[in-house]
Parts: sequence; structure tokens; C-alpha cells
Amino acid sequence: MSLHDQDDPALRAAQEERLRAVWEPPKGLFLRWTDTNNNAVGVWYVLTAFVFMLFAGVLALVMRTQLAVPENDLVDPGTFNQLFTLHGSVMMFLFAVPMFEAVSIILLPQLLGARDLPFPRLSAFGYWSFLIGGVFVSGSIFFDVAPDGGWFMYPPLTTRTDLSGLGADIWMLGLSFIEVSSVAAAVELIVGVLKCRPPGMRLNLMPMYAWYILVVAVMILFAFPPLIAGDVLFEMERLLDWPFFDASRGGDPLLWQHLFWIFGHPEVYIVFLPSIALFAMLVPTFARRHLLGYPWIVLAAVGTAFLSFGLWVHHMFATGLPKISLAFFSAASEAVAIPTAVQIFVFIATLWAGRVVWSTPLLYATGSLAIFVIGGLTGVMVAVAPFDWQAHDTYFIVAHLHYVLIGGTLMPLFAGLYYYWPLITGKKLSDQLGRTAFWLIFVGANLCFFPMHLSGLEGMPRRVFTYPEAMGIGGLNMASTIGSYVIALGVAIIVIDLCLSPRRAKAARNPWQAGTLEWLAHPQDESWGIRSIPLIESRYPIWDQEDFVRKVDEGRFFLPDAEEGRRETIITSVLDARPVSVIRLGEPSWKPMLTALALGGVFILTTYHFYWAALACGVLTIAMAVWWLWTGTAEIPEKPCKPIGHGIELPLYISGSASPGWWAMFITMMADATAFSGLVFGYYFFWTRHEDFPPQAMADGPGLLWPMTALALALVSWLGTIAAREMNAGERVGLARLLVALGIVASLAAVVAGLAGPWLSGMDPTLHSYPAIVWTLAIWTAAHAGVAAIMQGYVLARSLAGRMTPRHDADIRNVSVYTHFFALTAAVTALTLGLFPLLA
Amino acid sequence: MKDGHEKWHERLKVTLWTLIVPPTVWAAHFLFSYLWAAISCAKAGRFATFPWLFVIGTVLALAAIALSGWIAWHQERMAQTPPPHEKGTDIDRLRFLAKSTLLLAGLSFVAVLFTALPVVFLGDCL
Repeated sequence: MSLHDQDDPALRAAQEERLRAVWEPPKGLFLRWTDTNNNAVGVWYVLTAFVFMLFAGVLALVMRTQLAVPENDLVDPGTFNQLFTLHGSVMMFLFAVPMFEAVSIILLPQLLGARDLPFPRLSAFGYWSFLIGGVFVSGSIFFDVAPDGGWFMYPPLTTRTDLSGLGADIWMLGLSFIEVSSVAAAVELIVGVLKCRPPGMRLNLMPMYAWYILVVAVMILFAFPPLIAGDVLFEMERLLDWPFFDASRGGDPLLWQHLFWIFGHPEVYIVFLPSIALFAMLVPTFARRHLLGYPWIVLAAVGTAFLSFGLWVHHMFATGLPKISLAFFSAASEAVAIPTAVQIFVFIATLWAGRVVWSTPLLYATGSLAIFVIGGLTGVMVAVAPFDWQAHDTYFIVAHLHYVLIGGTLMPLFAGLYYYWPLITGKKLSDQLGRTAFWLIFVGANLCFFPMHLSGLEGMPRRVFTYPEAMGIGGLNMASTIGSYVIALGVAIIVIDLCLSPRRAKAARNPWQAGTLEWLAHPQDESWGIRSIPLIESRYPIWDQEDFVRKVDEGRFFLPDAEEGRRETIITSVLDARPVSVIRLGEPSWKPMLTALALGGVFILTTYHFYWAALACGVLTIAMAVWWLWTGTAEIPEKPCKPIGHGIELPLYISGSASPGWWAMFITMMADATAFSGLVFGYYFFWTRHEDFPPQAMADGPGLLWPMTALALALVSWLGTIAAREMNAGERVGLARLLVALGIVASLAAVVAGLAGPWLSGMDPTLHSYPAIVWTLAIWTAAHAGVAAIMQGYVLARSLAGRMTPRHDADIRNVSVYTHFFALTAAVTALTLGLFPLLA
Repeated sequence: MKDGHEKWHERLKVTLWTLIVPPTVWAAHFLFSYLWAAISCAKAGRFATFPWLFVIGTVLALAAIALSGWIAWHQERMAQTPPPHEKGTDIDRLRFLAKSTLLLAGLSFVAVLFTALPVVFLGDCL
């Protein structure tokens, strides 16, 4: 097919018809929920997260009403505890993080000129997990069993079952479930940015939003798993009485604080950077010029990502850690102000250098920067340890964090809402209502949160349900309460504006005259994403490339057709976006939703101690996952290559490090390894905190023999898989199958040997933190050996079924990535459990 | 660039991984400092009187960051053409990654100094 062919309108119409048919969403009352297209899933995701935000906002209003006057008795202390815990948890876990994922699932394919992200069914799975987990956690307050230990859930009050009820389990298990969906989204977004860019979009031409999302998704990989590790320990203590945080049995509550804040601090930047990314898209549009200092923004995003991991202890300045440790974290906390300031100056400079078109989205953007900067300045104040000791756990901190989050996350999202609404619905929102809402929110936020600095300095502690009149802070609190209602009024006006939207007329295409790819979308919604995948030569192709929009619309670029009736997109190379292959994308299916339901069963049934039913759900989840992979991945295409236009032919099957599946496995394993490091950190943390760790009386378990045997078996399993991969590629299929079978046997034996150490030494995990952490590491590694056996069994079955051949070997290449990490895990576990007691 | 007389730093391949070298060095130095202080305070019960290991670590970290920045600086200046360097060419992509690496090296250098400063002022574990 040459460029010339596209001159024929009949051909173009036929192509459009085929594309439309392929990308048509499923219809019907039930079937429509099987949709996996990013347009549909992203919109559900955004709406769900928005509803959770409104819900958490109502919780905040109840709290502010209670605090309006001294010695109020609107709600009792128990309910108040549930209110603030749920408010913080919902805003963080069910609004801020999922909202960024949701917005990215909608925007990213458009920004990258891809038909969809590489794993549409994974996005759908993430959405259903989020919905189920979110409703489970939020709904608890209606049954008076909401978590009440604060959004940080500090032990020991929360781990002692006589002091905390079901709420702690609901928090821990419900939110762990949602973390699974966050990690799933991170995998999807990283692979999307790295591998699904349009041809020609080299790293230096990527839209700023994609850079930010890449950085933030990588941050999720390193921030969320420590919390998952913490959750594992926490639930082991609550459900099985393993004393990780119980100081009377060698545990330490500070371990939880470390694991929580290694997640919790980067989390602040995880919710802040994507909102700033929205600025990076809308500021150039309204400044009518390219963004200044493109490398400076990359510096800011990457620099912030790194430094934000060196800040976690600044939440623990008052716990009595050595001063020198505090000083390191204080220094890192000050340093993070540098990249944060850089990006703000870049936006200001861009606006300064451009011809500014004043608009509602820009109003929100500038207003939010003003609020954010105040929060940043108080952040520098509390980063200084001596000031923090004064302000710790007072309303000063509440004021600081709300300035940061409202200025850095909420208002930028509203800016994005007004900016991108025409992209999603084809209609503009009302400028008048938008500006009214802005001023209400802006004034309300300052009225609500500024007095909190003062009431905090006056000595008002956080998380109290009331305060005595004699403190003289009644007036400040009344001002805060009035401010909170003013914010609520502003948000209500936005909701009204959204509700009026369906009655409005369609806006023009690209109503802001933006220059970036996402504005190719038609107001008359087409589900195919982009008519043809363009060749990119500039950061703002709509502005800079001649006849760009027309050429895209006439299918003059790549992949303008769907001859085989399959959903497809182009995969390109990481650095220079050279086309590598065409991949077939997942079609609408029940599998993501059913898998999410099964996995939800594991978490929810465990909360209520229905362990057998939870186990059944676990088995069902694995079965569902295998079924999903078997029917939808590494499919051998009907022909090796297909033309994508302009005389280019691309393969339909790739394996190894060029393929999205390989990257997905690699990235998932990075998250897995990080969670494992969290557990290993626990082991060595106990050692630094206690004189006798391991305790003399227990030091002979788990011995040296069994951990080393388990390691040897894990290495056999690993080498067997690698050798099988090479034999398979060399067309020695029989030998490859034999080696995989050897791998299965070794993996299963490693399960037994790994557990034999602590078991045969008679280690009782409820006695002391030492046997508890030894068992945890052994079980973690044994579980990984079990998963290795399942994967190797899968590969063997694929080979026997003819779905994996020497040429089509993605399955075994992806499984070998898993076994690399498994071998590493086994080595660290064996050396820690076996050798460290001899050294310590 | 392709005249066969490239210097060694010009032959180095610039990828997404080179971008994160300076901040990774910062992270390693930071982790090392924290563990060093935490373990010596917890296990030895006192602050090392002359922390030579810390000084060596800091000098090594600063040297690694400076080297990475120096390489990036040279790569960024290859094949001078008038700015803005915003084209979809090999050289502009290289220049972009090199420039970002240089900036990150600057930030990381300052951040390592920030982390090292407390040791000058603090001398005990309390």
C-alpha cells in the first residue's frame, strides 16, 4: 500500500468501516461492562475515583462541623476516629493515586498516538479490583466498622485485636487489594510509554506528560511494595499472632513506621507529579509556545523521584532516632525543594515568554501554584528537625499537608478537568461556572487551612474530636469550618457544571488549539483511538508538522486499516521509537472482571477469617490467570509479517526484550523484588534494634543445611529454565521440554526444602520476632518456588500444545525473567537465614 | 562525530540508563550514610570519632557524579548547531539525554554535599 492509494476515498471509507467494526465497544446492559478499551475503562475509572473523592469530602465536612465550636458533641470520639481515618485513606488510596492512573489510561494512548495501551485487559482488571476494594473499604463506615487507627495505622494499638476491631483488617486487606491494582496500572503505563510511542517520537520528543507518568509509574514500583510487605507482616500479627510489632516478644512498632513511610513519603510525590504533568500540557497551549527548558523538567521529575525516597524519616523525627540520622533526612528534605522549584520556574518562564491566552484551566493552574508554594514553604519549615519537634502532630501539619495536596493535586486535577473535558466528551464546560467554582475553592481553601497553622502553633493537636474553650482557638476553628463549606460549595458547582454537560452542544475539534497529539481526537467519538499512527518529527506536531491533522485523518500514516479484523497497535524501540512490530491487543472479555472478583474474594474472605473459602478463591484466581494467559497472550499469528504502509513490513510476533510482555514481566518482578527487600529489611532491622538477635535460645534454627539445599534446588530450577530456553531456540525441543520438567521438579523440591529448615528446627513463630521473620522469609521464597513450578508447567504445556515453538518462544523468555528474580530471592533468603546467625 | 577521531567519552552510548547514574550514586551514598550511622550508633553504641569510611564514600560519590556530569557536558556539546535542539534527530536526542544527565549530576552533587554536611556539625548519636 503506498501513499498514493490513500487518495481513493472509497478505499479510505472501507478502511474506516473495518476499523470501526473492530473497535466497536460491546453493547447491551451486561456486555458493555466487558469492555477493555482505554476510552471506556478510563472513563469508568475517573468517575469512580471522583465519586470516592466526593465521599471523602463529605466525611471531612462532618469532621469540620464537629470541630466548629469547642466541646461539641455532634459525633462521638469513636466515629470521629473512623471519619479521619477513612477521609485520609480514601483521599490517598481511592482518589489521588487511582485518579492519576485513570486519567493516564484515557490520555496516554492519545498522547502517544497508540490505538490503546499494550495490555487493555490488565487495565480493566485494575479497574475492577479498585472498584471492589474501594467499595469494601468505604462501605465499612455504614456498618460502624471502618478503620479507626489513622491513615498510617501505627501499631501496637492497631495490631492488638483487643484494642482495634475489624476495621484494621478491612483497611489492611482492602487497601492491599487496591495496591495490586496500582502496581498493575504502573506496569501498563511504563510499558505504554516505553514501547507504544508512534514512530519517530524519540525520547526528546515525548510529551511532558508521558515523561512524568513514566517517572511516577516507576516510583510506584519502588514505593508501594514496601507497604505490601508491611501489610503482610501486619496481617500475620493480627490473624496469626506473629509478633513483628510487639515489643514484649522482640518485635518493634518502628518497623511498621519505616515500611509505611518508605511508601508514604514518595506517595506524596506520586500524587503531585501527575498533576504537575497536566500543567506541562496546558501551560504551552495557553502560552502559545513550546515549553521552555524541556531537559530541566526531566531533571525536575527524575530528581524529585529519587530524592523523595530519601525523606521518609522526616515523618519520624519525633520517635527518638539518632540525631545524625535525622540530619541526613532533614538534608534530603531540603534538597527536594530544588527540583520542585525548578519545575515551577519553568512554567512561569514559559508563560512569561509566551502570548498568554487567559482561560479557566489556566486560572486553576496558576491559583493552585500559589497555594502549593505556601505548602512548600511550610514543608521546608517542618523539614528542619527542631521546628518539627514543636509542630509535630499539631494542626500546623494538617495545614501544611492540605496546602500541598490541594495546591499540588486537587486543583491541578480540576485544571485538567476543564482542559480535557472537550477531549473526553466533545463538549466544553462552562467558563462562568468554572471561574465561580475556582474562586470559591481558592478562597475556601485559604480560609479553611490558613488558620490551622495558627491553631497548630497555639497547641491544637491533630486527630482530636474536640477541644476546650479555654484554649482560645474556637474562632480559628470556626473560620476553618466556614472555609471547608466554601470549598464544598465550589466543588458542588463543578458537579453541577458536569451534570449540565450532556445538554450542551458539541465544541469544535481541538477547541484550545493545542499542539500535542491527544487533540487529534474527534468530538464524534471514535473508539479506534487514532485513524492512522503518525510519524512524529516535533514536540508539537499539530503546530509544527505540515498538514498533520489531515494526513492522520486520511490514513496517510501507519496502520490505517484492520484487514484481519484484529485490534492492533505498533510497538517501537525504547530510545528512538523505531517501529519493531505490530501487536494484537486484548478484546472485550469477562476474564478481567472475573479474575478481579476471585482475587477480591481472597482479601475479603480473609478479613472475616473464612480461610478455606479464601484459599478456594486463591486457587480460582490462579486458574483464572492461567486461562487468561493461555487464551490471550503470545498467540502465534496467521502470518509472520504485515505491511503498515509506506512499504514497511513489521513482524506480528516478537519475544525477548523487544516485546511488551518481557518488559511487563521485568517490571512486575522489580516490584516483587522491592517487596521482598522490605521483608529482608525487617530481618536486619530487628538485628540493629536488639542486643540478642537472633536470640541465643533460638539461634540454631533454621540451620545451615536446609536453606542451602533449598538454594541449590532453586539454582537448578533457574539453570534448567535458562538451558531450556536456549535448547528451544536451537530447535532441540525434546531436550528443552526435558529441562523444563527438571525445572518443575527442582522448584517443587525447593518449596519443601525451604520450609523444612524452620519446620524441623521446631521454630514457633508466635514466640518471638526472630522465628516469625524467619518463617516469613521462608514462606515468601517457597511461594515463589511454587509459582515458578506453575510457570514452568505452563511453558511445558504450551510447548506440548504447539503454542510455543522455537521461533515463537515468548512464553519461555518471559518465564526466564521470573526465574532470574526467583534465583536472586532464594540466594538472599538462604544466605540470610543460613549464614547470618553464624556471623551475628 | 563520525570522523573516526572520537574521544572515548564520545563513543559511550547514551541511553535512558545513563540518565539515572548521578541520582543513583546519590541514593547509594545516602543509603550508605544512613546505614553507617544507624548501625554504628545501634551496635557500637557511639559515633565513630573519625569517620574516614564516610569521607572516602563521599569523595567517591562526588567523583562519580562529577565524572558522569563531565561526560554528559562533552556529549551535550558535540556537533554544535544553533539551538533550539528540538528535532527528532540522533544528535538532538543524544544532546537532550546528555543535557538532562548533566543537570541531574548538578542536583545530585549538591544533594550529596547536603547529606555530608551533618557529619561536620554533629558528633554523637543522641
